[in-house]
Amino acid sequence: MDGVHRLLDRVDVRQNVVYVGFLVIFLFFSVTLWDTGFLSSRNLINIVLQTAPATVMAVGLVFVLSAGEIDLSFGSIVAVAALVGAVVMQEASALVGIAAALAAGCVIGAINGAFVAFLRLPSFLVTLATMGLFAGVARTLTDLRSIPITNEAFAGFFGSGSLFGIPSLVLWTVAVVALGHLVYRHTTFGAHVVATGDNAAAARACRVKVTRIRLSVLVLSGACAALAGLLYAGRIQGARYTLGEADLMIVIAAVIVGGTKLNGGKGSIIGALFGSLLMGMLNNGLILMGLSVSQQLIVRGLIILAAVAISLREPAR
Amino acid sequence: MPNVSNAPALRLTDIRKEFSGLVAIENCSLAIEAGEIVALVGDNGAGKSTLVKIIAGVHPPTAGTIEFAGKTVQPTTDANRNDVEVVYQDLALADQQPVYMNLFLGREKIKRPLGLLDRRGMIDEAQALVSQLDVRIPSVTATIRDLSGGQRQGVAIARAFHWAKRIVLLDEPTAALGVAETARVEEIIKTLRTQNLAILIISHSLDQVFRLADRICVLRRGSQVGIRRTAETDKNEIVSMITGLA
Repeated sequence: MDGVHRLLDRVDVRQNVVYVGFLVIFLFFSVTLWDTGFLSSRNLINIVLQTAPATVMAVGLVFVLSAGEIDLSFGSIVAVAALVGAVVMQEASALVGIAAALAAGCVIGAINGAFVAFLRLPSFLVTLATMGLFAGVARTLTDLRSIPITNEAFAGFFGSGSLFGIPSLVLWTVAVVALGHLVYRHTTFGAHVVATGDNAAAARACRVKVTRIRLSVLVLSGACAALAGLLYAGRIQGARYTLGEADLMIVIAAVIVGGTKLNGGKGSIIGALFGSLLMGMLNNGLILMGLSVSQQLIVRGLIILAAVAISLREPAR
Repeated sequence: MPNVSNAPALRLTDIRKEFSGLVAIENCSLAIEAGEIVALVGDNGAGKSTLVKIIAGVHPPTAGTIEFAGKTVQPTTDANRNDVEVVYQDLALADQQPVYMNLFLGREKIKRPLGLLDRRGMIDEAQALVSQLDVRIPSVTATIRDLSGGQRQGVAIARAFHWAKRIVLLDEPTAALGVAETARVEEIIKTLRTQNLAILIISHSLDQVFRLADRICVLRRGSQVGIRRTAETDKNEIVSMITGLA
């Protein structure tokens, strides 16, 4: 046992668990599912398409967790933003609908942020409350009805379209991850986010505007969730209150497995991307293996548990 | 107009601070020249930390004036905070970030025109800084959590030295350190003196005070009891002043 501990300490598995896990599971499915089309380009692209909204949400969540906060409400924001966008698009142009959806996400994020940053309430409790609150709003908004989106341009831009043969959802994934990584790793904002999550008192003593950072990350998470809502809406050409409902645990798992610390100070956008793809690949592979829904849940839960246990394990000192 | 060029780096005149009517500090007047180390001593509750926070701009004084190099200042404004750097007891370091990011935290170097972080520039400048102060750490890219207590203190002092224009305030800089690490940190503090900075150090160790300070300012129950030149006093007199037992 000591030998395993020493090995884990020497090779920083925690830093790379998502990449190692991704590779191992990819190879496992490639071998066991070689005759089921798992390796077909169509299936692999399908995994990326299905995980696009989760990846976008994960980018926002990396900022929130890195700042030492948490957002449990992004799933509800997905539904509210998609419904707001769809309703507005029935009366106005797609552009106005998109703006309305993104504004809805930012406003809900700002409400979360105001409670957390200015009233210093724990983000866990604030967003737990707003998660339920806005899930209710999403149901009330259209009286549980689905709202179709008939605008072809919108559907192409956010869902079914492509550019130079590359599906728009893949382009959105690449764009959001690239922009998120740039901001997280290469700007003062990103540096201040991790410093705030690492040691808020130290950050404040060094003139970092901690309150503004806490507000900003929750607004950013709301904006990412709203964009994820638009991607869902584009893909299914409509919006309904169930959008984003099942994403909470998957996105949190993707981000944690991707190397972001639950209590702040450290994170990785690229890790979150691979975490999200890992979750999508698991989902896809387990279905292709013919496992029942309950078996899929058990296997997925065990794999996530193992990955999280390794990635969160503190090194011996 | 005051004679700014010959003025001390820091001059406090009749500083008084009340919290909800309770007097935390009163009748405190002190001047520190550039290149001078003054120790602030006193029992717990004497007002040492309050005075440091007043100078640092955390608390505005209820009465009295503060001058930096002959200019009266409102210390709570950001512009005047640039003159003063504080090394707090808890060091104010972000444990999971590398040394160089801690040295530049809140004042990061950026590359124009995109405004992106200049990590290479910060690493190079941090390396030059720790070499200048002889702060012995494995690398400026090492994370703070991987450093010893003395190395962390060295990083905190290096950061204060790098950004302070005139004054460095050190609040118990070696309280949590062993003998060897204390000696190392004291060497770094002596280096600060040669850089023409005025240094005010809070310490409970009279041995350390006598090793480092040029003068000693004694506080008791929020009042200034007196200031002595280290070369012209001894521990017995300072202890008497601290305790009030002549």
